Amino acid sequence: MKLTGAQIVCESLLKEDVDVIFGILGGQILPLYDTLTQYPQLRHILTGHEQGAAHAAEGYARATGKVGVCFATSGPGATNLVTGIADAYLDSTPIVAITGQVGRPFIGKDAFQEIDITGITLPITKHNYMVTDVADMAKTMKEAFYLARSGRPGPVLIDIPKDVQVEQTEFSYPSKVDLPGYKPTLTGHPSQIAKAAKLIAGARKPVIIAGRGIIISEAYDELKTLAETAQIPVITTLLGISSFPESHVLSYGWLGMHGMAYANMAVTDCDLLIAIGMRFDDRATAKVSGFAPHAKIVHIDIDPAEIGKNVRVDVPIVGDAKTVLKSLNKLLLPQEHTEWLHQLDIWRKEHPSLSIRDSEGLLPQYVIRKIWEVTKGDALVVTGVGQHQMFAGQHFFYDKPNSFISSGGLGTMGFELPASMGAKIGKPEETVWCIAGDGSIQMTIQELATVSRENIAIKVAIINNNYLGMVRQWQQLFYEKRYIATPLHCPDFVKLAEAYGIPAQNVKTREEVVPAVQKAMAMPGPYIINFEVEPEENVYPMVPPGASLHEFIEEPRKEVPAWSRRSIL
Amino acid sequence: MVSSQHIITAMVADKPGVLNRVASLFRRRGFNIESIAVGASEVPDVSRMTIVVDGATTLVEQVRKQLDKVIDVIKVSDITGETTIMRELALIKVKSSAATRSEIMQIVDIFRAKIVDVANDSLTVEVTGDEAKVTSLYNLLKGFGIKEISRTGVIGMTRGGTPQVVSEEELSKR
Repeated sequence: MKLTGAQIVCESLLKEDVDVIFGILGGQILPLYDTLTQYPQLRHILTGHEQGAAHAAEGYARATGKVGVCFATSGPGATNLVTGIADAYLDSTPIVAITGQVGRPFIGKDAFQEIDITGITLPITKHNYMVTDVADMAKTMKEAFYLARSGRPGPVLIDIPKDVQVEQTEFSYPSKVDLPGYKPTLTGHPSQIAKAAKLIAGARKPVIIAGRGIIISEAYDELKTLAETAQIPVITTLLGISSFPESHVLSYGWLGMHGMAYANMAVTDCDLLIAIGMRFDDRATAKVSGFAPHAKIVHIDIDPAEIGKNVRVDVPIVGDAKTVLKSLNKLLLPQEHTEWLHQLDIWRKEHPSLSIRDSEGLLPQYVIRKIWEVTKGDALVVTGVGQHQMFAGQHFFYDKPNSFISSGGLGTMGFELPASMGAKIGKPEETVWCIAGDGSIQMTIQELATVSRENIAIKVAIINNNYLGMVRQWQQLFYEKRYIATPLHCPDFVKLAEAYGIPAQNVKTREEVVPAVQKAMAMPGPYIINFEVEPEENVYPMVPPGASLHEFIEEPRKEVPAWSRRSIL
Repeated sequence: MVSSQHIITAMVADKPGVLNRVASLFRRRGFNIESIAVGASEVPDVSRMTIVVDGATTLVEQVRKQLDKVIDVIKVSDITGETTIMRELALIKVKSSAATRSEIMQIVDIFRAKIVDVANDSLTVEVTGDEAKVTSLYNLLKGFGIKEISRTGVIGMTRGGTPQVVSEEELSKR
């Protein structure tokens, strides 16, 4: 039986185990949308803006490990996806974006809503396609999903001219792909792994840096075995948060510009760095020439192009984190690093980066900590970008694998609300806390309509300081407090939420925090809390731009109240 | 030839937009291309690209790895330092008069180049050779006045024994 291009897209989505699509329709993707009426198994979530659709697909993908799917029409629909696609590219998130395109006779004529979206997304997709012959439709879908999820995951875009959507051909879904130029290396080279094992055996002050690669390949147990067998402290990257339980005795927080002081000190002082599934981003390494100056570096990553890109590497191992760690663990002998771990504990006592000072006003750190306490850590935390993101990374403690979803590489403000929607739809049984900034959430605030219409039971905590807070912090520290363009004039978020039909409340004092969070948890549907926090609170520690990791600035502090200390300290 | 030059050959799928993907990658990563030449290879639907980059300004290893990441790029080889055959073709339109014509023809002869077009006031020379040969002929002809020049950019391959073709294993998967 012959199927149309649009039907082939839908059949392929079913073959790829897709159950939800985020998107917005328009003229050039109408045939595909019309065909969706024949496929009730494919749930379509209409978003308020295509950027929201792309981030929702990301949130879905990040929470489930499956490929997220979004649809958009040609022209502005497609260009609105671009930020989300770029975000997915930098954070290695598997999404497939399908865009409508003007019919083939109109291509190149600057037709209404025609734009070269494959050209535009060339540098921000793992691969992209324009399907000019319906005979290629099924093969393209198969390849797109395979590319998106395999190797180092990433976004793939498929542009489909309107007339290809209605053209018919015989449908058969290929059982395998034929991509001679694409063969990801999964197994690490045995002699390289042996070299790494030898370095581990000889190290006195080893450190593991765990990145998002651990989460992508679900190498949680293998990482734990490595750390426990050789008694190596584990530090994560920002996106590596929740790759290793933070209550574990070998967990020492995360590194980088706003990482914990002791984590940064450990990386600077270590003699062996085992970096797994991470890419030495500049926010993680700080000044590269001052990064881990005494260390031999073992770098395990599935993407060969990441090896030696930013940082010199002594033992590169190209492969999948889980597979490589399995082989590596077989070569390990039990070790002790009592002295080194003791040193880290001393640094952690001397530099309690996660303590929260006493304050009359409502501190953002306090809000996050209380959300952690009330949820007992059993939640997916999704953040936007800015100060609230760093506080959420610092003051919520992540024991649950893959429970921190944040925009890392691209640093996309506005990520939190749509990504939370995607995460909640992908994992309906989980409590999803959307930790939002007042500036950040306003970049995609129209998605409140989606939350309301689809009754997506996310809990939103707006950390509202009435500033673009992270930039204000930079202005305060490095631009002599010239607060240009950072003060906001936020709307009344409670009234706004109510206008969208979502219950909400304000919180201005410490006493109100826990009851509000409890109320949010008790509500069956979505709930929004606007936390009016100290407007000029800063994120510490901070490694100033241009400095090395250990040259962090700490919060000027007096005494540390007992309640804010972590139990393991 | 300057020693910092690297010659990279890439076997690429003969699909629309592949040159764009490669060029976009070079631009985006800040790699400088000295020359790039593309043409059919011995394998159907596979083209061979020869790319010359300056190793002094570009991290050649990164170029190789990033090129390898492009899905339509099947195989990348840095053939610098191997025994390679490098050739470039140039067409040079040089000013000439009755007085200079025979002198130009002598020079062309020495370089085993060819005169492919003659006009009252010009001669068009076709020359093939490695980059150095083409450049030295150009330098000699410059004295007569160059009206126009068109160079193809270098193409290259290794000499017999170390073929830079798609392996049988890769071919079997096609």
